Formats: sequence, C-alpha cells, structure tokens
Amino acid sequence: MGSIELVCPAGSPAMLRAAIEAGADSVYCGLRDDTNARNFPGLNFSPAELRDSVAWAHDHGAKVLLAVNTFARAGAGDRWRASVDAAAGTGVDAVIVADLGVLAHAREAHPGLRLHLSVQAAAGSPEAIDFYAEAYGVKRVVLPRVLSVEEIAALMREITVETEAFVFGGLCVMAEGRCALSSYVTGRSPNLSGVCSPPEAVTYTEEEGALVSRLGGLALDRYAPGEPAGYPTLCKGRFDVDGGLSYLFEDPVSLNAMSLLAALRRAGVTAVKVEGRQRGKAYVARVASAFRAAIDALDQGVDPAPFERLLSDLAEGGRETAGAYRKTWR
Amino acid sequence: MTDPIQLTLGPLLFNWAPDRIRDFYARVADEAPVDRVYLGEVVCGKRAPLLDAALADAAERLTHAGKTVVWSTLGLPALRRDRKSIAVLAAEQEMLIEINDISALRGRTGPFVAGPLLNVYNEGAARELMARGCVRLCANVELSLDAVSAVAAACPGLEIELFAFGRLPLALSGRCYHARHHGLHKDACQFICDRDPDGLALKTLDGRDFLAVNGVQTLSHGVQLVDAGPATLKAAGVTALRLSPHTADMVAVASALRDRADGRIDAAELAARIVASGPPGALVGGYLRGDAGLRPVGAPS
Repeated sequence: MGSIELVCPAGSPAMLRAAIEAGADSVYCGLRDDTNARNFPGLNFSPAELRDSVAWAHDHGAKVLLAVNTFARAGAGDRWRASVDAAAGTGVDAVIVADLGVLAHAREAHPGLRLHLSVQAAAGSPEAIDFYAEAYGVKRVVLPRVLSVEEIAALMREITVETEAFVFGGLCVMAEGRCALSSYVTGRSPNLSGVCSPPEAVTYTEEEGALVSRLGGLALDRYAPGEPAGYPTLCKGRFDVDGGLSYLFEDPVSLNAMSLLAALRRAGVTAVKVEGRQRGKAYVARVASAFRAAIDALDQGVDPAPFERLLSDLAEGGRETAGAYRKTWR
Repeated sequence: MTDPIQLTLGPLLFNWAPDRIRDFYARVADEAPVDRVYLGEVVCGKRAPLLDAALADAAERLTHAGKTVVWSTLGLPALRRDRKSIAVLAAEQEMLIEINDISALRGRTGPFVAGPLLNVYNEGAARELMARGCVRLCANVELSLDAVSAVAAACPGLEIELFAFGRLPLALSGRCYHARHHGLHKDACQFICDRDPDGLALKTLDGRDFLAVNGVQTLSHGVQLVDAGPATLKAAGVTALRLSPHTADMVAVASALRDRADGRIDAAELAARIVASGPPGALVGGYLRGDAGLRPVGAPS
C-alpha cells in the first residue's frame, strides 16, 4: 500500500510555502476573484504570484492544484475560462473544477491539463463519478463529506479514478454544492459567489447581557459572558423548533479525521485534504506537520494516535468530530 | 403571438399518506389548469416503496385527464436502492424524464428535463446538458431572472421553467433532520416526516420564521412567488412556471398563476389570491431580483 498524499490549503504565497515546508505533498489555491470557493478579501493569488509559487513548489518537490471550483456566472463565463487558461499557462499540476461548462472548456482547450472534480460538484455515487470520468477525463474526485469510511470503501470498489477525502477543518453538514442557505439570507453563497455566510453580513451585538451573533440580521446564536463566541455559519446556528432550542443541523464542531487515516488508506483513498485557505500560515504549518507526522508513522507501521491531540485547540468552536466518516446518526 | 406560458406541477416534496396523494392528484387532474405534472420521490429514497402505488394511480388519472406526466429522479442517491431507482428511470430512453442528480446522466441518451436540484448556473453548463439530450431546464432557485435570461439567450431551443410557487428547496443532506429532531436514527426513522405535510417549521432565536425541514431536505419557510407578467417572462425566455405542491389550495394557486401568465391580473391581485389560497409562509421573491431569497415578493430592497 502506497503512502497517502497530504493536500493542504494555501490562501497566499506565504501560506503555500509554509504548508510545503511543514510537509504537504500538494497545496491547493485559487486566483483572486470569484472563480474559487474562498473568495474572501485579502486572500488568494494573482496570476504572477501563482506562476512564482508553482515554480517554488516544484523546486521543493510539491504539487500545486488550482481551484477554479465555483459555478460560472451566467453571461460571464469568460472569467472562468480565463482562470483555466491561466492555470494551464503556469504549469499547475491539476485544476479543481465543479462546473460542467468549465470542465468542457478545460477538456477542449487544454487536453493535457489534469482535472480534479471539486467537492462542489457533489459526485457521491459511482454513476456520477463515472460520468465525469468518461465525459471529461476527470482523474480525481474530491469526495462529499456525507460518506462514511465503509461507504467510501464500497465506492472505491466500483470506480477507477483517484479519490481525495477531507480530513481536517470546517465541516459542511449539507451536501456540498447542494446548499443555498447562505444566499437565501445574504444573496451570496458557495455556488453563486464562492462564499458561505459572508463576513460582511455578520454582526455581534450585546443584548440583555448576552452576545448575539447574527447573519443578515437573523439571530443565529447567543453566548453568555465569557463563553467563546463562534462564527455564525448558517447550518451551525441554534434554532427554535416547536419552542425547543437546538443545534438542529449540526453542533458547532469541526472535522478531525486523523484517527481514520489508516481506514481511509485501506479504503483506497489516494489523498487526504485539509480545509482552511482562509486561516493563515501558522494554522497550515501546524496542521500540515501534525498530519505529516501521522502519515509517516502509518507508513512506518507506528500507531499515529499520539498526533491526534496536537490539533484540538485549532477547531472552530473548540470541538471536533470525525463527521460522517463514523455515521453515528445512522 | 408567442405560445402561452405553460404551468407545471413539480414533484411532491413531502411525505404524504397514499390516500392523500391519490385525492390530491385526482383533484389536480379534474380541476387544475396545469399542463404537465412531475411525479416521483426526489427527496428520500426510503419513502418511495410506500408511495409507488399511489403515484402510479396518480399518473394514470392525470394522463386520462390530458396532463403530461414526467417522472423525476431522486436528488441525492445514498443507498444502492436509490441508485437502482435512478438507473431504472434513466434507462427509459424513449421517455422524457426529469433528472435531479448527475448520476442519471451516465448512459442517458434520451431526452430529459434538468431539474432545479442540478447545478446549472450558466449557459456553458446548459449547453453541455443540451448536447446530452436536455430539452428543458428548470432553473436552480438561486438564479436571478437576469441570469436565467442570459442562459436562455445563449441556448436557443431550450425550454425554460421557473420555480414559481412554493417553499424553496435550499439544501440536501446525508443526514435526516426530522429523525435528529425526534431523537431517532435515520435507519429507524419511523417515517416521522409524515407529520409535517409542508415541512417542520424552524424559527431563529429571535422568533422569526426561517426554514422548514423535510427529512434530508431543508426548505425555506417563506413561499416563493414569481409575480412577473407574461411580457417580462417571455422576454427572459421563460416558457413554463412550476408550482410546488403544498397543503394550500393548489387549484386556486394554479388558477391565479394562469390568470397572471395570461395577463388578466396584475401582481397585486396575484399576491392577494395566493395569500387567500393558504400558503404555509410569507411570500418571498428576492432570488429573481438577484437579492437574498427571503426578501418579500414585489418589494425591491
């Protein structure tokens, strides 16, 4: 069994170098516009920065994957096609794509460019994955975070392309690419604009001695004095159903599936992925080095368990889960 | 003169009892001015075995009444059984079907409607689907009318349907929120989503109506209404309006939208008649204006 590829996020050239120096095999990043799904102010790469970063990564034995993973805006497909063309020109190792039209352009204009299917394409069945492989020559699929390890293992027996699974960071509880909650409240969403629960719609206010977090004016959670306040991501909010308050969709936890690395490798997963291009170089250096150590331990037949607790303070909201990989709610 | 705008009835999204389903479609067949009815379980594959017989009866009744019946595929296949149900429909190459997950495209050569749960956001994606047999697109609910218009303009011959009435289908999950709310496991859910024929209402902490849970699906609490008149719709390339089934008086809803689509009533009268039909939430319409979906219908922000 070969080693598992560690794919880490890079929101800037400095973060890219930090990830690679800490042990990432590959980094993924986006251009500075709405063609990528982390379209936050101050984040991402200019074409020149991308070119220099690809050269630097290749000199250091690492790969660069460019995320052009939002859905092109109607009537503005030129920008998405230009991102793919820019990627091809800078020698990136693959482009991560979700949109059928962008896939078609990449296939036609750059037949040699390696294509990975973004998690935003929501391809969770063998039939969907085969369709993308046959129609567009997709070589790797980033798996939806709704699958358990057993389901991934079963899936791998029916498909021929590589897979990549998220193992750390923010956790979508809805099927990625199939969620419009954010645009319903703010007008902007992952599929429309490359952002979820966008920061400009967030406010925190003091009300009756409590801190209330809001998105688009809607109260999503309330914190007692001294309690750590979370970011008001819609699906992590507290809601009132029949008069009872609960985190109906998901508790405010984030994903840490380090304990499942061995199972994911046994299932045949090619690469594991860390979320968080928006979280900076200190974050990525710590996460990359912890996962590097765990993967190296696995490769040497050593128990990686001691590395699991290295990252618990990084979780958004301070709490972690192995997510759908262990389907306790089944 | 261009053709009148069609009215269609979308697939029933909720877990209604078989008798209720039969009665509902019998009335639609006899009284509702809709041209086409989509049938089939698109939300949760576990429900399908309970409802298949009732839906088959509905299909027969509707066909006899002169309605076109189009079967819709499941939106988020989770189990082998779900995949099989999609493959069985997709293999009917001579029959028009509605596709709600990319799974159904594998091996499909016959004509299909791209349903609103597919991610088609632009003309490039629409053209890819047309090359594979797509004859009609029911636009994803996030799209503005300007975006729909741009897709239509770049895709001559593609019929365009808008989600014109009903709670908006906003998200699908692997997890069942009805089961979670009632402390049940998904595999032993007792089909408890049948308690909420329009979905389980959810409010924000400050008491505002917000969403409605329907098993693995999350809908808006607000009810979308497309109130544009026929000239605006036709200029945008829209050829059909989709009504999503609710406990409201759907014959009244269809009659009101028929009158609006034919230019007999204005937006204000449409809204008044829709409110009188008993929709399960306030009327919203932000998405069509490129705004947040929960903004009220007819009220630019």
